[in-house]
Amino acid sequence: MLLRLFAEWGKMARWTLIAAAIISYPHFAPQFWVVNIGAYAIVLGIITLSLTFLAAYGGMVSLAQMTVAGVAGYTLAILSSHAANVGSAILPWPWALAIALGSGTLAGTLIGLVSVRTKGISLLMITLAIGMIFFYLTQQNTTLFHGFDGFRGVKAPIVFGMSLREPIVFYYLCMGVGISLYAAITYMVRTPFGIALQGIRDNPRRLAAIGYWVELHQVAAFGVAGFVAAVGGVLSLWYHGGISPGSVGITAMVNILIVAVIGGLGHPRGALIGALLFVLIQNFAIDLFIRERFNTVIGLTFLVIVLFSPDGLIGLWERLSRSRKRGLRSAPNGANN
Amino acid sequence: MKLFLLATLNGVTVAGLYFIVAIGFTLIFGLMRVINLAHGSLYILGAYLGYDVAAKTGNWYLGLAAGGVSVALAGLLIQSTLLDRIQGQEMRQSLVAIGLSIVIADLLLARYGGLTYQFDPPSILFGSVALPIVKGYPTFRLVVVGAAVVVGLVIWLLVYRTRFGIIIRAGVDDRPMLGALGVNVPLVSILVFGLGAGLAGLAGVVGGSALSISPGEDARYLLSSLVVVIVGGMGSLSGTAIGALLIGLAEQIGLAYFPTYSVIVSFVIMAAVLALRPQGLMGRSE
Amino acid sequence: MDVSKITRILAVVFLVCGTVVSAAAQTSVRIGGVMTLEGPFTVLGQEAVRAMEMAFEEVNYSVAGKRIEWVKESSDGRPDVAVGKARKLIEQDKVDILIGPMSGGEGLAIKEYAKSVPGKTILNGFSAAQETTLVNPAPNFFRFGTDGAQWQAGLGSYVYDVKGYRTAAVVAGDYSFGYTQVLGFMTEFCAKGGKVKEKIWVPMGTKDFSSAIARIPDKVDAVYVMFGGADSVNFLTQYYQAGGKIPIIGGSNVTEQTVLSTKGPFQRHMIGIPSAHMVADGIEEPAYLEYVAKYKKRFPDGLAAPSAPFYGYYVATKAALKALAQVGGDLSGNQVKFREALAKLKLDTPTGPVTLDENRQAIANIFVTEVAQRPDGTLYTKVVKVMRNVNQTLGQPRDAFVARGVPSRDNPSCP
Repeated sequence: MLLRLFAEWGKMARWTLIAAAIISYPHFAPQFWVVNIGAYAIVLGIITLSLTFLAAYGGMVSLAQMTVAGVAGYTLAILSSHAANVGSAILPWPWALAIALGSGTLAGTLIGLVSVRTKGISLLMITLAIGMIFFYLTQQNTTLFHGFDGFRGVKAPIVFGMSLREPIVFYYLCMGVGISLYAAITYMVRTPFGIALQGIRDNPRRLAAIGYWVELHQVAAFGVAGFVAAVGGVLSLWYHGGISPGSVGITAMVNILIVAVIGGLGHPRGALIGALLFVLIQNFAIDLFIRERFNTVIGLTFLVIVLFSPDGLIGLWERLSRSRKRGLRSAPNGANN
Repeated sequence: MKLFLLATLNGVTVAGLYFIVAIGFTLIFGLMRVINLAHGSLYILGAYLGYDVAAKTGNWYLGLAAGGVSVALAGLLIQSTLLDRIQGQEMRQSLVAIGLSIVIADLLLARYGGLTYQFDPPSILFGSVALPIVKGYPTFRLVVVGAAVVVGLVIWLLVYRTRFGIIIRAGVDDRPMLGALGVNVPLVSILVFGLGAGLAGLAGVVGGSALSISPGEDARYLLSSLVVVIVGGMGSLSGTAIGALLIGLAEQIGLAYFPTYSVIVSFVIMAAVLALRPQGLMGRSE
Repeated sequence: MDVSKITRILAVVFLVCGTVVSAAAQTSVRIGGVMTLEGPFTVLGQEAVRAMEMAFEEVNYSVAGKRIEWVKESSDGRPDVAVGKARKLIEQDKVDILIGPMSGGEGLAIKEYAKSVPGKTILNGFSAAQETTLVNPAPNFFRFGTDGAQWQAGLGSYVYDVKGYRTAAVVAGDYSFGYTQVLGFMTEFCAKGGKVKEKIWVPMGTKDFSSAIARIPDKVDAVYVMFGGADSVNFLTQYYQAGGKIPIIGGSNVTEQTVLSTKGPFQRHMIGIPSAHMVADGIEEPAYLEYVAKYKKRFPDGLAAPSAPFYGYYVATKAALKALAQVGGDLSGNQVKFREALAKLKLDTPTGPVTLDENRQAIANIFVTEVAQRPDGTLYTKVVKVMRNVNQTLGQPRDAFVARGVPSRDNPSCP
C-alpha cells in the first residue's frame, strides 16, 4: 500500500518536474536552443504525431503525412500577403489560416479515401506515390506553387503587437498547440470512435460483422491525422519563413517515418521524443567527431532501434521501467502501466 | 513522326534498363515477401564498385562482373545477418531496408565524393548506330535492350526450368510446407536475396554506363523499381517486363510531348494500380 | 575552510575566467561558412571549403590583430536546411560574419533570413539567382560575385557576330537559375536580331534527356544548353551518342571545371564550345596565374584548376578580410563601420577589380570563352573576349530592365 503510494507520488512528481521544465525552458535556455531545437522539435513532433496516431490506433502507416503538412503550408504561403514575388490572392491571416487548415484536412481525407482500399505495405506505397505526385506538382508548377524555388519571406501573423515568430512567443505557441493536440488525441482514442478504430485495427472483419462501417472510420482517422499534420505544416511554414518542393520531397517524407520509428511507432509520446533526438543529431553531429556523416548516424540509430527495440525509444523506456517495477514489487500485481 | 518514333524507341530502351533494375527486386519479393527498399543503394553500390574495377583494369566487362558479384556477396551478408532474424515481419523488414539504404548511400558518398563518374565501355558498344528515319541512335541503348532480353531469359530459365527454380516457386506458394519437406529454406532465402542483389549491382554498371553515376541515383532507381514492380505485379517476371514497358513509354513520350508534368505520370499510374488492382497487372491476388 | 572564504575564492576565479573569456572574445573574430557538403552539390561545397581555407591561410588566420575562428556548416541544396544551418552559426556558434550559401534557392532564403539578423553581416558564397539582390535586397547581404544573367554577358553578341549563328534552340533545366542564364544569353542574342525557335525546359531530376534531345529542331544554327554540372555531363554524352551535329553554345555550368575535369567520351566533342562565366581557365593575367598556381600547390587532390564556386567563396572571404582590416576589426555598433567599408570596397581579385552597386551586388569582369585543349590533353576555357565591369542590369537602364520582369519559361522570348 505504502509502496504503491510512493510509486504514484514519484510518478506525479516526475510529471510535475517535466511540465515545469517545459514551461520554464525559454527563460533559462539560450535562444537557439529555444527555437531551433525546442520549438522545431515540437513542430516536427506534431507532424510525426499525425503518423504515429494513424499507425498506433489505426494500424495504417502512411508516408503522406508530410504531404498533408505541405498542402497546408503551401496554401497558407500562397494566400499570405508577405511572400515575396507572389501574385496570388491576399487574405487577412485568420481567413488564410482557416483555409490552410481546412485544405490540409481535406487533403488528408482525400488521401485516406484513396488509400484505405489497401493495407500494410500497399498502403505505404500508395501514400508514397501520392507524396511524389504532390512533390512534382509543386516543383513543376510555377504559376501557383512558384516551382523549384518555392516561397520565401513568409511572415508569421502579428497578434497583439507581437510577431508570432518572435522566439519566446513562438516556443509557447508550439508548446501550447502541441500539448492541446496530444491531449485531444489521447481523449479521442477513448471515445467510441477511437475504440472502434482500434477494433478495426485489430480485426476489421469482426467489426464489420457487428455493423461498423470500416472504411468510414479509417477515412475519418485520415482526416483527423490530416488536421494534425496541417497544423504542423502551418507552424513549419512560420518557422522556416517559407516553403519549397524540398520540404515535401522524398527525404522529408521518409524523415517523418524515421522520427516516428525512433520514438516508437505505437506511442504518440514517441513523436516528440523521436523528433527531439533527430533534431539534436541533425544539429550537433557535425560538432562531434562525426563531421559530415550525419546521415550515417541517423541511419544507424534507426537500424539499431528497428532491430533491437522495434517499439522505439518509448518502448525501450517502458520495458526498462517495467523490469524496474518488477524489482520493486515482491508480489506480481497484474496491473501494468 | 520522327519525334514519335524516337520517343517510342527511347521508351523501349529505358524500359530495358528499368527491367534489369527491377527484376532483382521482384525476385526477392516473390519468394520472401520482402520489399527490399535498399535496392536503390545496392544499385549504386554495384555501380561504384564496378567503376573502380573497370577503371583500374581498363576492362569494362570485368567491371560489369565485379559490380554484380560484389553486390551479390553484400546481399548474402545482409540477408543472413540482418533480415533473416526478422523473417515474416514485413513492415519491420522494410524499415530495416530503409535504414540500410541511408547508411550505404552516405558511406558511398563519403568514399566517392560528389563527383559524377562516367564509365568507359568498349567503343563497339558506345557509339552511334544509323537507323531508318531517326538517323543516329545511341548504340548502348540498344545494347541495354538486348541485355534486358538476355537477363529476362536467363532468369526465366532459372525459375521455370531448374530444380532451384522449382524450390523458389514452391516457396512462393507455401513456405512452411517447403521447410517441412526438408528444404533448407533460410539458405534458399539467402541465395535468392544474393541473386536479387547481384542483379541490382549488375544493373548499376549497365545504368551507370548508359547514364552516369552520382549521389542521389539510389532514390531515383528505387522509386522507378517500385513503380515498375507495383504496376506489373510483384513477384511476376512477365509483370516486371510489362510494367517496365508501360512506365518507360509513359515517361519518354510524356517528356517528348508534355514535359512539364510528364514526371508525374508514372506515379499516377502507380497510385491508380494500387487503388484499383493492388496486386498489379500480372500479379496474383493474395 | 569556511563558506565565506570559499565564496570569495570562487568569485575571484570566476572573475578571472570571465575576464579571460571576454578578452579572448575581443581578440578574435568568428567567421562562419555554409556550403553544400551533402547532396548533389557536394563537389562545389568541397571547393568552397578549400577557398575559405586558402584565403584564411594567406593572412595566417589573423586580421587587424585579431585571431580568426572559422566554423563550417553543411547544407544539402535545400533552402530550409541552409537557413537552419545559418541560424545555428549565427545564434548558437555566435559567428560575427557568415559567408555562403552555394545555390540559388538557398541564397534567396538566406537573404530573407539576413533581414531578421540586422546586427550581423552575410556575404554571398556562390548563389547566383538574379532576384537575390535585384528585388527586395537585404541591407546586410553583400554579393561580391556576379549573378547568373551577368555571367552570360557578351555571349549572345559573340555567337551572333563571330560565330555567325542566326537561329538557336534552347535546352535548359526548368528552374529559376535556368531561366536566369537563358535571359542573360537571349537579351543580347535577340537584341542583335537572333531568333530562338524552340525552348525545351527539362524538369529537375531528369537523367534521361533522349526525348528532350529528340525535340531539338533540325534547322537551327546552334543549341544553347544550360544544366548543372552532373546533368551537363549526362546531356552532352547522350547528345553526341544520338548523333547530334548541331553546334552547342554552353551556359556557364556546362563548361565549368567540374565538368571539364570529368573523364568521358563526350570530352572530345567539347572543343570549340563557346560559353561565358565570371572566371576562365585561360586568363593570362599574372594575378590569375599566381592564383591558379597557389591552388594547384595547396590542393594536389583538388580539381585541375580552381572552379567558379572556389572563386566565389574566395573573393567573398577576401572582401570580408579586407574590410575588417580597413576598420581595424571594429565590429561594434551592429557592425556599421564594417558594412560601410564593405559597400565602398574596391577589391582586386584574380579576375580583375570588383565593386558593388547600390544593392550591394558586384560589378565585375565577365569572360567569353571557348573550350580548348592543352598539350597534355586536359580541357580548359580559353578567353576570346573580356567584358569589363558588367553590372546587374547588363548595361541597360535599371527601370527598363526591372520592368521586363523576372526571368521565367516565357520571358524573354524571340521566336
